[in-house]
Amino acid sequence: MSAIQARAFKYGDDINTDYIISGKHKFKSADMAAMAVHAMEDLDPDYHAKVSREGGFLVAGKNFGMGSSREQAPLVLIHSDTRAVLAKSFARIFYRNAINTGLPVVECDTDLIDDGDELDLDLAAGYLKNVTKGTDIPVKPLPSVMAQLLEEGGLAAHFRKHGGFNI
Amino acid sequence: MIEIPGKTIAEKILSAHSGTDARAGDIVIADVDFVMGQDGTTPLAIRALADMGVVELFDAGKVAVVMDHSCPSPVEGVSELHTMMREFGKRTGAKVYDVGDGVCHQLIPEQGHVVPGDLVVGCDSHTCTYGALNVFSTGVGSTDGAAAMAAGKLWFKVPETIKITLSGELPPGVFSKDVILAIAGELGADGATYQALEFAGPAIDAMSVEARMTVSNMAIEVGAKAGLMRADAKTLAWYEGRSEREPAPVDPDADAAYVRELELDVSGLEPQIAAPHQVDNVSPLVEFEGTPIQQGVIGTCTNGRLEDLGIAASMLSGRRVHPDARLIVAPASRRIYLDAMAAGYIQTLVEAGAAVVTPGCGPCVGTHNGVPSDGENVISTANRNFRGRMGNSEAFIYLASPAAVAASVIEGRIADPRTYFE
Ligand code: SF4
Repeated sequence: MSAIQARAFKYGDDINTDYIISGKHKFKSADMAAMAVHAMEDLDPDYHAKVSREGGFLVAGKNFGMGSSREQAPLVLIHSDTRAVLAKSFARIFYRNAINTGLPVVECDTDLIDDGDELDLDLAAGYLKNVTKGTDIPVKPLPSVMAQLLEEGGLAAHFRKHGGFNI
Repeated sequence: MIEIPGKTIAEKILSAHSGTDARAGDIVIADVDFVMGQDGTTPLAIRALADMGVVELFDAGKVAVVMDHSCPSPVEGVSELHTMMREFGKRTGAKVYDVGDGVCHQLIPEQGHVVPGDLVVGCDSHTCTYGALNVFSTGVGSTDGAAAMAAGKLWFKVPETIKITLSGELPPGVFSKDVILAIAGELGADGATYQALEFAGPAIDAMSVEARMTVSNMAIEVGAKAGLMRADAKTLAWYEGRSEREPAPVDPDADAAYVRELELDVSGLEPQIAAPHQVDNVSPLVEFEGTPIQQGVIGTCTNGRLEDLGIAASMLSGRRVHPDARLIVAPASRRIYLDAMAAGYIQTLVEAGAAVVTPGCGPCVGTHNGVPSDGENVISTANRNFRGRMGNSEAFIYLASPAAVAASVIEGRIADPRTYFE
């Protein structure tokens, strides 16, 4: 994974999957690009418009992605051009789903990031820099299985490549 | 000498299925006994299987897909997804549950697909429900589900376990739902992230299997991977005649290592309520007594079972739903619907003014069957009250027991169910 530079869009704690993509949209279709305009809409109706302009990092507090197993959650974020999600902690199923679908997730102290900050992330190097503030932010490394899956482009790509699990 | 501690239920089931000495923190690849998907998640799993280049399932007899979240279909888009699921069943041999069969987490155990000691994954977060039946079952996303359908295995991080011991006897009008709401309030929405819960103690032993399923169902609301219980005589009796497979009950070792132990004496527990918009926003129900209610919901994978319908029917017998309120009832499965009819519960509920909808998720997830309007208050037996959950982000959802919902729709305001049990 190469380095990613983008702006931070910051939200709070306990953001659940119903906020990321509401059930009322989720069930209607399997067209993620069409659904992505509703990403995060009950929290921030402009999320998709703002982030899809130049791409961005979704920055949150603790327990990001709590709630349902819907994989539509990381998928609509990817389709809104969310480059990575940075949070103090993640809910378990969302964390797996993000890696499986190729959305980088980073555990770090997001109090060190304000809305609008420019960030520079290099996951392979385990490096996160807040360019606006000129500070380095320590990141918790991904478990090695997940780093491998993310590197290979997600779980489906891993399967295609190896013809099954090879971890 | 270093003492090696015993194992939790989670460690034992994951050891047995991975052929390793699995301990909390280990990553294992384990064989799964069953894989389930529902109509919100299966279409993406089907797509992931295609992406993986997989044509055949590892064992079609161990895969089921359930149309429950949005069924019967309210719009064309959903109809197409349902068609895709039916075709998937025909093509692969996977079991398909269709309109009116019920909600996945009722059907998978009820139809005998799982037995104690099993390792199960489902593309739905409340797959943890079967923990009440001594099954290590956990929710995964569609791509993980697809991998499990293809390979018959999946990787797992072996969770640490929090042991929750429940002592005492529940007072009249207080139920297993109140117990798990109290625990959710205590632990918080991320209180058990990456961990499993193990429930034990006399208050669990005293509960029916149905009431225990309500408890395990909500393990995910504190972030837990599983909500496990031992299999006792009641569990084994419940399995009688459901499955041809032999149950292989798994007990925790007496010296199992727990990351945390909690004790709760339920004797003094009051009815609980989770107020909008967080499941861990829990207080004694009396603090909200009198709040006007426009809609009540009895159903869902948390509380749509026969016992729940029976409690509501006994309270609504000879009474009526308040003119300012409405009551929607969704039996959790066709079998429960039939049993509730035979027991007279459906007759009683309909006479009292309830609208009974198709077995399945009902209005739980906001796709159909009872979307509230702006500013309305709903009291529901479901497990989630997130903003927008029932299809309208301007509505307010309170979670409580079936008895509390029944009392509240009778009075048109949040009401204490205990007065009906005196
Ligand atoms: S009843 Fe509600 S919580 Fe249960 S599976 Fe259906 S949508 Fe999910």
